[in-house]
Amino acid sequence: MSNGQNQDQSMFSNTILKWIDDRFPLSSLIREHATDYYASKNFNIWYIFGVLSLVVLVIQLVTGIFLTMSYKPSAKEAFDSVEYIMRSVEWGWLIRYMHSTGSSFFFIVVYLHMFRAMLYGSYKKPRELVWIVGMLIYFCLIAEAFFGYLLPWGNMSYWAAQVIVNLFSAIPFIGETLTEWIRGDYYISDITLNRFFAFHVIAVPLAIIALVFAHILALHHVGSNNPDGIEIKNYKDEQGKPIDGVAFHPYHTSKDLVWITVFLILFFAAVFFAPEMGGFFLEVDNFEPANPLQTPEHIVPPWYLTPYYAILRAIPNKLLGVIFMASSVLFFVFLPWLDKCKVKSIRYRGWQYKLALSCFAISFVVLGYLGMQPATGIYVVLARLFTIVYFLFFLMMPFYTRFEKTKPVPERVVYKK
Amino acid sequence: MKLFKTITVSCFLLLILYSDLMKASEGNTGDNFLVANNDVSDVNSLQRGAGNFFNYCAGCHSLKFIRYNQIAEDLDLNESQLVQNLIFTQAKPEDAVITNMLPSDGSRWFGKSPPDLSLITRSRGTDQVYNFLRTFYKDSTSPTGADNRALPGTSMPNVLWLVQEQLNEKEFDQFTLDIVNFLDYVSEPIQSERKRIGIWVILFLLVFLVFSYGLYKDIWKEVH
Amino acid sequence: MTNLNRRRFLSIATTLTGGIGILFSAIPFISSFQPSKKAKALAVAVKVNLSKLEPGSIIKVIWRGQPVWILHRSKEMIENLQDSKVDLRDPNSELSVQPVFAKNAYRSLKPHYLIVEGICTHLGCAPIEKFALATADMGPDWQGGFYCPCHGSKFDLSGRVYTGVPAPANLRIPPHRYEDENTVIIGETEDAENV
Repeated sequence: MSNGQNQDQSMFSNTILKWIDDRFPLSSLIREHATDYYASKNFNIWYIFGVLSLVVLVIQLVTGIFLTMSYKPSAKEAFDSVEYIMRSVEWGWLIRYMHSTGSSFFFIVVYLHMFRAMLYGSYKKPRELVWIVGMLIYFCLIAEAFFGYLLPWGNMSYWAAQVIVNLFSAIPFIGETLTEWIRGDYYISDITLNRFFAFHVIAVPLAIIALVFAHILALHHVGSNNPDGIEIKNYKDEQGKPIDGVAFHPYHTSKDLVWITVFLILFFAAVFFAPEMGGFFLEVDNFEPANPLQTPEHIVPPWYLTPYYAILRAIPNKLLGVIFMASSVLFFVFLPWLDKCKVKSIRYRGWQYKLALSCFAISFVVLGYLGMQPATGIYVVLARLFTIVYFLFFLMMPFYTRFEKTKPVPERVVYKK
Repeated sequence: MKLFKTITVSCFLLLILYSDLMKASEGNTGDNFLVANNDVSDVNSLQRGAGNFFNYCAGCHSLKFIRYNQIAEDLDLNESQLVQNLIFTQAKPEDAVITNMLPSDGSRWFGKSPPDLSLITRSRGTDQVYNFLRTFYKDSTSPTGADNRALPGTSMPNVLWLVQEQLNEKEFDQFTLDIVNFLDYVSEPIQSERKRIGIWVILFLLVFLVFSYGLYKDIWKEVH
Repeated sequence: MTNLNRRRFLSIATTLTGGIGILFSAIPFISSFQPSKKAKALAVAVKVNLSKLEPGSIIKVIWRGQPVWILHRSKEMIENLQDSKVDLRDPNSELSVQPVFAKNAYRSLKPHYLIVEGICTHLGCAPIEKFALATADMGPDWQGGFYCPCHGSKFDLSGRVYTGVPAPANLRIPPHRYEDENTVIIGETEDAENV
């Protein structure tokens, strides 16, 4: 009885599916990207941050759309409208805290996602374009964060925008004209806020969504890397499926779901119990409206940009500082060609790369810390020291990776149940 | 590899710890500095604080982001209690808390117009506001006749001097702490509710975690 | 078999809790569309002094951002209403929205004051007042009332809709009460059941 019912149901859904498939490649898309997309079965925790950044992207898009409905992008009303959202709109506080916490979590998961690629050589051939598109997403994310940071029109928002826009004034000859053009005024004004709003809610998100599509398409074209840094395509069974791979759905999806839940627990713990995160997620100075006459005592960008800010301040020359800061971000793009080592995964690489990557990670974190401190005394000395370490990681890479003494790479992935 | 992981993780933890210690020691301006440690879920304290605020502060300071009836609702006051004890202007219960003093008068009398206090505990921190309120002292060289240890050179006169004289030190600390507690509530009226909801959200996610983990384990049984 | 059952249980449990989670997380977003606290604060009752309102004249006040008319009906107007000869769609206000106390021919607490929302029940235009009788534009049978310029709906001086026009119901009467002889409060009633 129940069997017959099931059959009826599946016949019905089959008919609908066939109707759609005749007009749109639904089944083949699902096969290609989920049920027949094979990825290594030995993924570890580092492999979760790609999916998590997608989760945060969705959170940011949904909460962002709802914030736009009550936010007023004008110098007169912006600050008040944020408080209006926080107090007057039903559940507005939750939507706003999710968005502000989401921006910080976005960078946390994206940094870990990038670090994963550096650990296991995911940027190496044939995944160079996956990496480059990913870096473009990262640049868009920085732009998105920067534009969004002005919108609350708090005092820190205002002065952070002031400082960052003035970075462009370092460019010889056209600098001053360029900053004026960006602001649309002689200072950060109503019109600047209005255009930053347009970039933040339309232009950059569109670019991010398109790039995320390209990122995933490119990845599924070449196949996912794994902690052993070997291609699972080399060993296939009779049906042509990689022996060391498991289908994305249901295997990886069920695993991802567990980690997404763990992530959401951490995320909502921050949203509900520490939305300010001691000034890291919401800065104290931003609870005062923008005041063009008074710079906050201690002006810093949001925590996720402080490593670059520390590099900027470490260089005692305006133009050079800007150049160093820009190149510190840009260098990531060239990793596939700077790294000469044939072995992908850090598991089988020599001590040179392990040491270099450790130094780099430490310098990134320390620079991030120094970027939050005043640029005086020992802090400047340390910032210069770690800036050198940071750049040496990239600049010396072609040399130390060429002579790396690697370990033998296994033919099949290492998987312990 | 293990060593590398340990180093990275411990570096992170050390940094977080260090920055926390730095934070705690910041703004400590002497032996008399007290940590506010107020409790916004203490409705009695909030009621006292609201009374103190409207009697001593609301003459000059607004709370433009909150309405009287919202305060009444959150502090368990009925409309007549609200009108009798808190509303000393012509405002209606649904109006925002705006002082009767004109900003121009404020700047004429005090050099700058008294700031709106809706978000003061979020921008300055409860500790700073608490110590500001309790550390006024007589200073004949100041134009207001008083100065402040937490914010030297403040243009605010010591409006609490009478209270300060009538109460002993402990009572006065409680008096000012109630104001700070009230202002902390005003800076984010939802905060108690927020934490209450948060517990349920986390509990729900934990339940979901149990199921999804079970499903994951079950599905991955087949993988060898 | 037990394995299959276990899988089925876990799948259903995960899907179900996940679905509940998604439903719950939709609540804040859907609720955020409701009138905000600010909108509610601005939607409070309005107090209107009627002492200067002459018979035969009308004032318009704003309640919840929408027009409310207060018409002081003259003696002739009231008489006209009493022996009204026009065809009304809902003469006894069975299908219309009003407080219980206004479910009468005058649609008001006091016969000489009509307090009515100035919004056509057809598609929400604002009708205009046509108090003069039998004018050229309204025809010889016109008893005085309101006329909606958008789609031609006609209402009498109690806001009752004529037949043969698109509006389906009489103009709405907002909740109101008299604080004293000359002061009316729109948006409140004597007892809550009347709203």
